[in-house]
Amino acid sequence: MTLQLTDTDAAWLEGAYGDAGAMAMRILVSMAEVYGADRLLDIESAHIDGCLYHGPSGLDFAERLVAGGGTVRVPTSLNVGALDLVHPGRVHGKAEDRARAKRLMDAYLAMGCRSTWTCAPYQTGHRPGFGAQVAWAESNAIVFANSVLGARTERYGDFIDICAAITGRAPAVGLHLDENRRGQVLFRLVGIPEHLLRDPVLGPVLGYLVGRAARSRIPVIEGLPRETTEDTLKALGAAAASSGAVALFHAVGITPEAPSLAAAFGDQEPDEIIEVDRERLRETLGALSTVPSSSTLEPNRGDTAGHGADAGHPIHVVALGSPHFSVDELAAFVPLVERFPPQPDVEVYVCTNRIVLEIARARGWLEILELAGVTMVADTCVVVTPIVRRATGVLMTNSGKFAHYTPGNLGLDVLFGSLEECARSAHAGHVWRDPGLWQDEAPRGHNA
Amino acid sequence: MPEPMPFTVRVLVSATSPESGRTPASNEAPDDPAAGELITGTVLRLDEPLSLWGGLDPKTGEIIDRRHPQSGTIVTGRILVMPSGRGSSSASSILLESVRRGTMPAAIVLAEVDGILALGATVAREIYDRTPPIFIAPPDVYDRLQGDLPVQLSGEALTCV
Repeated sequence: MTLQLTDTDAAWLEGAYGDAGAMAMRILVSMAEVYGADRLLDIESAHIDGCLYHGPSGLDFAERLVAGGGTVRVPTSLNVGALDLVHPGRVHGKAEDRARAKRLMDAYLAMGCRSTWTCAPYQTGHRPGFGAQVAWAESNAIVFANSVLGARTERYGDFIDICAAITGRAPAVGLHLDENRRGQVLFRLVGIPEHLLRDPVLGPVLGYLVGRAARSRIPVIEGLPRETTEDTLKALGAAAASSGAVALFHAVGITPEAPSLAAAFGDQEPDEIIEVDRERLRETLGALSTVPSSSTLEPNRGDTAGHGADAGHPIHVVALGSPHFSVDELAAFVPLVERFPPQPDVEVYVCTNRIVLEIARARGWLEILELAGVTMVADTCVVVTPIVRRATGVLMTNSGKFAHYTPGNLGLDVLFGSLEECARSAHAGHVWRDPGLWQDEAPRGHNA
Repeated sequence: MPEPMPFTVRVLVSATSPESGRTPASNEAPDDPAAGELITGTVLRLDEPLSLWGGLDPKTGEIIDRRHPQSGTIVTGRILVMPSGRGSSSASSILLESVRRGTMPAAIVLAEVDGILALGATVAREIYDRTPPIFIAPPDVYDRLQGDLPVQLSGEALTCV
């Protein structure tokens, strides 16, 4: 297949739109040829991940674009940077690196990107419509845009994201095209207790399982309740994009391209059908933790010896908010903190964006959280930049994505739990397990 | 001893930029294969795919993924042969950083297209005017690239020397 460029594309290459425009188009054309695209297509919006500092070369790239007059042509939000600009001093690390991280963030602002600094742009008002062609980076944002919004983006990453934003063009390949969006693997939920189906803890655990089994195929999930919340879908997608290369999933009866099972598969048969029961979910729980007593969970040992075998294990850090916490997630956390304030020697972090932070301030939540010793992090998150003070020990989280990246990025052990388990463990200083969460019947007082 | 006869590989990303300011004809190949510079080096064949992000230290050129069978090996100046990259899209940043620091391999030969590595090489060419070129080898050629085999690459021609 030969790439056909329009006259306008060719004018970009010739420098009619400035040096940065020519460079952005050269990179796009080179990548379109690598992927075997036959054309470029227009995009309506972009989400940029290149603003997170990884080293001097990323700064060289961004500053070259700024020097060449690079300006985005479509509404463009920014993913997290390596600094918390709202709370100076929150991020440690070398002053030289912090200065470069700031220069990188400034370079992207200079190109006209919005100062959203969030991995959940879709919860700050950046919500492309159904069928919209967009160029988004950051794996959880990609999977949310494709799956929950029904927008269309390939898996963009550093460098090519801003090239698409500057030119308003992207290679017409992959998930931009109808024929590549049909489901391939069916995950059928069977025999999962009703209270668990409605608990937010299901999202990351099911997502992690789906990502591991689907790898880069498109999963279809059947059996989620119609009332499944956006935050559960967000957590599911983020976990699936961490454990696998999932960029699009369909949830039958919930996501816009899956009004029915047949529609999700484009009237074709699944390549594979995987039944997901409670035991498979409990096996996945083990994979989300690195502390031995929980990672050696065996599915057939029975309820009492499975989930909860790590109860009492000391914990040192609790990290929430990957993807960034929404207003609803914070609303669920605040009353837990009021009832179960954390031990002073447990570091508790909530990562979110500026908009949610302002809403929390207006509602009086920030005061409650800060008084209880909870550290709010904005514009960035604890697994991409040095914020956590502990160098060893155990971090507990309700995020599948944090659970996946914590051991490699922070060198801490990790334990996965529900939001309530995280809050009450921080209160106790050691792991507290909800005894009925993974049982057949919800326990007394369970609020599911 | 294999015959010193050239095999044909596909150029995914060439080492040097296409001429700037040119008018691209719609049927033109991205990079003129005849213009490729001569690259020589010994094969470093990876038994498993390597994610450069968390797998390669751009400061030293060392494979640092401790679960990788060739952990500890230096890739600098070698003809890096692997099935494909693996994992995070940040791999393109690591390739770019290794070019900035001069720790990069002499060339990369893959069995299949890897867009993330191709992007890193394309950007390196733009910013630093050089990159290890990336080639796709057909299966029979890929299988020959074993051990410390010394090879020459020029355009689409790969010769075992």
